[in-house]
Amino acid sequence: MIVGAGHAGGSAAAFLRQYGWKGPITLMGAEPVLPYQRPPLSKTWLTGDGDLASLLLRSADFYRTNSIVWRADAEVMAIDRSGRAIALASGERVDYDQLILALGSVVRALPLPGHDLRNIVTLRTVADADRLKTLLSPGVRLAIVGAGYIGLEIAASARSLGADVIVLEREGRVLPRVASEPLSAFFQERHSAAGVRIMLNASLEAFEGDGAIAGIRLRDGTVIACNAALVGIGAAPNDALARSAGLTCLNGIVVNQAARTSDPLIHAVGDCTYRPLPLYQQSARLESVPNALEQAKQAAADLCGRAPPSPEVPWFWSDQFDIRLQIAGLPFDVAELVIRGDPSANSFAIFHLSADGTVQAVEAVNAPAEFMAGRIMVARRRRPLAAQLRDVSCSLKELAG
Amino acid sequence: MPKVTYVEFNGTNHVADVPVGTSVMRGAVDNNIPGIDADCGGECACATCHVYVDAAWLPKVGTPAPGSQEASMLSFAALAEPNSRLSCQISMTDELDGLLVRMPEGQH
Repeated sequence: MIVGAGHAGGSAAAFLRQYGWKGPITLMGAEPVLPYQRPPLSKTWLTGDGDLASLLLRSADFYRTNSIVWRADAEVMAIDRSGRAIALASGERVDYDQLILALGSVVRALPLPGHDLRNIVTLRTVADADRLKTLLSPGVRLAIVGAGYIGLEIAASARSLGADVIVLEREGRVLPRVASEPLSAFFQERHSAAGVRIMLNASLEAFEGDGAIAGIRLRDGTVIACNAALVGIGAAPNDALARSAGLTCLNGIVVNQAARTSDPLIHAVGDCTYRPLPLYQQSARLESVPNALEQAKQAAADLCGRAPPSPEVPWFWSDQFDIRLQIAGLPFDVAELVIRGDPSANSFAIFHLSADGTVQAVEAVNAPAEFMAGRIMVARRRRPLAAQLRDVSCSLKELAG
Repeated sequence: MPKVTYVEFNGTNHVADVPVGTSVMRGAVDNNIPGIDADCGGECACATCHVYVDAAWLPKVGTPAPGSQEASMLSFAALAEPNSRLSCQISMTDELDGLLVRMPEGQH
């Protein structure tokens, strides 16, 4: 039984079959749609006219062929661990032998006065994206609250559709928690050049309007006029179900390297988990597609008695305008940043080194070779000389080798 | 519908129908063929759909343009060979009916 039919849950079902799981598989989804790709929702799904079939992780045929029972709109209310069953909102109980929780994350709300006005949206599901899309007609004044990746990707998409876009960020730079300072500066410059207005250190007081949003009032009294708003201030682990069932949770459901929770019959995968990162000897909660897939493999391998996948280098990507950002690794204990390439030429990479010179992470902007080489350096705990890393005439192959 | 033969590293053959216009990667994923991970879903961002194109098919499939995203990613992919491609970048055509691709030992 898999609860949650996002990227993690859907992939867990597929890997279980790939690895030889013979028993029945039920995939309980909270949405009315088969597992689908979420990354395009802030990008090509908004700007293009793709159909739902192209968004699906796998076609409907796949689930039939592989005897995976998918149940739509299944809201799971409780886990009865001693009775090995889950309870649905409908009152139905469904038994399980093994349970995988793939509950995802929930967008953080901004409980300011006026938060329930019309045309204030968040983005998590394809239904959210469709709603946002209807708001993005040319000339719309869109205010985006939060300059994280979702916010900036939507800003880029909305701008390319002709919307008037302003981004309001509480901190002193864009991407404050998820990018290095030079990368933040680069994205801020590129968004400004594309006509996105960015207001930093913005302290919000209320959403204003009569029925529908008409403006956002800041603490200093300024009112930002807008007729649509997107709130993108991060997400929290959707672990309430696990907490009330008594599973050990920190910032998410605590799992080991095999995606096992504190209950031997329950695994958990994806955004909802707090997981070990052996490369860094730390634990963290990661929100990314590669992480969802990695943990889906860990759980499926464990359940099928296969060797676990080798520890991975976490990675992320983002597309904004003509910028492809790829990040490998995580910036734990960074002492030095080394920039290779030229930000003004739109192609460069920022290597993050620890105090002893180990490559912890790389942020690569339109620099796929640096991304790939950086991923290898992180995996192999390489300690290249900063001067050589900075020198584009020094071969990446040798530095990674 | 055109067919593609996928050969796993261990030699297991899978023959799949892949509709014209969809990618060779998508054909593998829809048929749950092991060995093609496709983490990024076809965005040419991850290099986990690496395949070797059978020599006889290479002229029809072609090689990535020098300096392209695909070529740069492949130049650092573990186990890359001159006939390596990212299968998300190979779009199926009638001309490719019968295509044979082999998989590397791993995608990382």
